[in-house]
Amino acid sequence: MSWKKALIPLAALPLIGLLAYGFTTDPRAIPSPLIKKPAPPFTMTVYDGGPLSLEGLRGKVVLLNFWASWCFPACYEEAPELERAWRAYRDRGLVVGVDIQDTEAAGRQFIDQFKLTFANGPDPGGKIAIDYGVYGVPETFVIDRQGVIAHKQVGGVTDQMVAEQVEPLLKP
Amino acid sequence: MRSPASRVRNPQSAIRRGGLRVWGMLCLLAAAVALAGAAAPAPQAPQDLEEQVREIAAQLRCPVCQNLSVGDSPSGLANEMRGVIREKLKAGESRQQIEAYFTSKYGEWILLAPMKKGFNLLAWGLPFVGIVAGAFAVVFLTRRWAGREGATDGGGGEGVPPANPEDAAYRERLRRELDEFAR
Repeated sequence: MSWKKALIPLAALPLIGLLAYGFTTDPRAIPSPLIKKPAPPFTMTVYDGGPLSLEGLRGKVVLLNFWASWCFPACYEEAPELERAWRAYRDRGLVVGVDIQDTEAAGRQFIDQFKLTFANGPDPGGKIAIDYGVYGVPETFVIDRQGVIAHKQVGGVTDQMVAEQVEPLLKP
Repeated sequence: MRSPASRVRNPQSAIRRGGLRVWGMLCLLAAAVALAGAAAPAPQAPQDLEEQVREIAAQLRCPVCQNLSVGDSPSGLANEMRGVIREKLKAGESRQQIEAYFTSKYGEWILLAPMKKGFNLLAWGLPFVGIVAGAFAVVFLTRRWAGREGATDGGGGEGVPPANPEDAAYRERLRRELDEFAR
């Protein structure tokens, strides 16, 4: 009789376990299925430049950054760090910026404000962003020399993140 | 003359019959749910493009305002996603292909209804398990309660011989007083 009574709370245990598991996960975090997969190819028209295709960058480590002029403050904080990374690695790696859901004038103003010298271009219709499963800005993908996505950074890029994620890929 | 024991069984068999009825109803409900499920995704006749866009967008979760579908969200990203759906439909892609595309980019997370496989089956199955378990509990408890009640009032009801002489005395007195009152 006593073990039968114990069955009732015992039956609730799996449900409590399931709930506990649910509470440990962040429902807003979206794990990218693209990590360790080939980076989706794209071609964009760089502001004040010609077409730039990802295929053409094969053999170099690429920091593919999605940003927008309305993304304040995160994009404003990371812009100088991206420019620094670009200057530090420009012979072996590249920084490419994709300006999403933005107007050209605002995008150009942002580039001028931070004197960005790496390639930046707009993403009309959000095709590149959606192809990369972007859900917010800033998001940055680290693409290795073989064109495989090694890391996805959600939120601003920092010098430390660049050192940790890019340095290992640069080793011959 | 029925024995008190046979009286006790009577309400129980009634409940048992009631239990059968409950099962019958549950089976009907299950059949209705199964039929509704089978009927819902039936292939539809070719419809207007915007309607198709809306239908697909309604099944996708907007990554920006996460409690809305891509169809309902006013955000820029959702708008662009509807554009991508429209273009893919124009290119002749099927609804399944488009959903697979978004799943490959954003993960299963993007689907408002989880796929019916693996761990997700819990979400699809548990409500029904709950209904069946609840029905079991109701049938079990009502049977037990009815049984207990039958056991406690054994020997008191009408048409049953009084259990002891004391009862008979009270009964006689009650009859006498009622008669007096009616007079």
